Amino acid sequence: MMASSAPMPDHQLTTQDGVPLKTKLARAERMNKMKSLALVLPLALFLLLTFIVPIGSLLFRSVDNPEVVASLPHTIKAISSWDGKSLPPEPVYRAFAADLVKAHEDQTLGDLGKRLNMEVAGYRSLLGKTARALPFDPAPASYKDALVKLDERWGDPAYWQAIRRNSTNHTPFYLLAALDHRIDEVGEVAKATPDQAIYLDVFARTFWMSAIVTVICLLLAYPLAYLLANLPTRKSNLLMIMVLLPFWTSVLVRVAAWIVLLQSGGLINSALMALGITDHPLQLVFNRTGVYIAMVHILMPFMILPIYSVMKGISPTYLRAAVSLGSHPFGAFWKVYFPQTVAGVGAGGLLVFILSIGYYITPALLGSPNDQMVSYFVAFYTNTTINWGMATALGGLLLAATLVLYMVYSWLVGASRLRLG
Amino acid sequence: MSKSVKLAVAAAVGLAFVGQAMAKDLTVISFGGANKDAQTKAFYGPFKKASGINVVGGEYNGEMAKVKAMVDTKSVSWDVLEVESPELARGCDEGLFEKLDYTKIGNKADFVPGAAQQCGVGIFVWSTALAYNADKLKTAPTSWKDFWDVKKFPGKRGLRKGAKYTLEIALMADGVAPKDVYKVLATPAGVDRAFKKLDQLKPNIQWWEAGAQPPQYLASGDVVMSSAYNGRIATAQKDGKNLKVVWNGGMYDFDSWAIPKGSPNKDAAYKFIAFASKPENQKVYSQNIAYGPSNKLAVPMIDKKVMAELPTAPQNMKDAVKVDVNFWADYGESLEQRFNAWASK
Repeated sequence: MMASSAPMPDHQLTTQDGVPLKTKLARAERMNKMKSLALVLPLALFLLLTFIVPIGSLLFRSVDNPEVVASLPHTIKAISSWDGKSLPPEPVYRAFAADLVKAHEDQTLGDLGKRLNMEVAGYRSLLGKTARALPFDPAPASYKDALVKLDERWGDPAYWQAIRRNSTNHTPFYLLAALDHRIDEVGEVAKATPDQAIYLDVFARTFWMSAIVTVICLLLAYPLAYLLANLPTRKSNLLMIMVLLPFWTSVLVRVAAWIVLLQSGGLINSALMALGITDHPLQLVFNRTGVYIAMVHILMPFMILPIYSVMKGISPTYLRAAVSLGSHPFGAFWKVYFPQTVAGVGAGGLLVFILSIGYYITPALLGSPNDQMVSYFVAFYTNTTINWGMATALGGLLLAATLVLYMVYSWLVGASRLRLG
Repeated sequence: MSKSVKLAVAAAVGLAFVGQAMAKDLTVISFGGANKDAQTKAFYGPFKKASGINVVGGEYNGEMAKVKAMVDTKSVSWDVLEVESPELARGCDEGLFEKLDYTKIGNKADFVPGAAQQCGVGIFVWSTALAYNADKLKTAPTSWKDFWDVKKFPGKRGLRKGAKYTLEIALMADGVAPKDVYKVLATPAGVDRAFKKLDQLKPNIQWWEAGAQPPQYLASGDVVMSSAYNGRIATAQKDGKNLKVVWNGGMYDFDSWAIPKGSPNKDAAYKFIAFASKPENQKVYSQNIAYGPSNKLAVPMIDKKVMAELPTAPQNMKDAVKVDVNFWADYGESLEQRFNAWASK
């Protein structure tokens, strides 16, 4: 390191101890970088452990398929040589009988039955019935005949194809099902039958309802934000408190309050009837209208605040200058004022839209079955049927859709122009 | 200085003892509401008196997700759990519940047939039946057929949001005899028939999800008829509401006690289940909420007038259906999915 043997070129600066200044500087900078990294490290670790790892491991469940592989190892080995068309050969039946006895002993039959029952309804009880009859005593000459005699469904290739389809540790089953598709008997991707197809509609509905909520929020929030930004401080503070007060109230309380207000014998309907506007109560709740009203009310502050903060920073002199130069007030507003608020509008719109597509409790309490969004089904699969593969597939697709939307948005508007206040 | 240290140590030791005593509490989880109130009167309070073990009553909505999470992570904090039959059967298969040792509970033969299961003991028999508000309807409906007759009985109807019970009801309204309901429903044509029947009523249905909702809807006049748990209707009757139950075409089943696998208080849990299965305690329960006892010996102890309002009374059982747990374990997923697809259109 110490360049003592060769004479130092004149132009290279060195420090007192003879180290080139460049090296020293780089070292010092590296130290600084390490220090700042060390400071960020706890946060990064925290995010990794509490956010990225759990989400990642949950998303992994949407392709995870351990049940069949773990419970029927020998069957899977034997079934790999089967062509999948006619009935599987005798070794498959024999291996299956042996695996089933083992699974019955280990109490893994429940998980296996649950997984296969998703493929063919009735598989669960078929496995239970078969496991109770096993092992055959004495061992039969043909396990195939013995099993088919026990239950004729073992003579139906569909039940064996279900096992063959699940002979790997990963499956596209849940993701396909979340997009109304399935793998059919011959192993090709096919559309789900119309009476089972639901999620494409639900995804479309989720995005449509969120878009409507966002637009209504924007139309209502923009003038209010303008008013807030241009009123004298005392009045605008009072108004701001009125915006923020519901924002600090629990969502559940607000939803319950809306039910009371909107129901057929509620305050709004009785007022409308007393004023003679309608002669029978309007259906305002347990339908789409109720969901929109409550969601707009709940999400409004998320639209008002970013727009307000951007408007607060716009000097009124620009508008005055435009008008004094002969522009029509509306023209001046549209050409001079509005473009300066786009960043706030974009931020508010994105915030409201992303929050709305994850909405669960408001549509669940205020909507009818055809107002439910994707989150409702995530909750349904998580809590009611404990089908976490399906829940994470739906959740993962929603997350992916959100990320794509965000990317499109930042490509159109530019993420650097987002201002959240 | 040393005195205060001693004091602190004493306090810490004292706290530790209190902590231990708290840990000995038995956590019993039920479905809440009127049902839990009756359980408190019949089981929790008397059990504390008899055994000295304090019962902490919690409630849930039947979500097995919590149980699965507890058992999977081996941090079980629920000791005794009230479950419905399909969840009991599935949870038993999937290893969520302990297999019960009946020598610690009582005589298996004393229970109503079907109440003593591998992983659970029946607590009571409930029924989902047609209920109506007698103040709003001039003529009384007598069957699910009337439930579909919107001309004769105008107004909305409440049904549970889900395939279970709803499909059975639709088939009975379409003329299928109660005893044949599951035979018909096991065929694709039968399922189509049930959904077709539901199509007719769809615009007039208001869906409910929690057991407390139907009596509320009925009392407020939002619906004129509803499927409802009979016990909830009986409780509303006690509160002075003029609600009536039509037993014809009702569906009955057990709610059972189960012990989540790995419960740290297994001995106390067994003691509690044995206590709650005793006829004298079941009698108190049935007098507080109109659900039938699972212990046969409790039947003769119950007042005749109370008995007439229980699902287990012979005249109420006559045209009722036993909910077929195995059917729902097999076809539940595909039917619930189809129901969701149907309801959201």
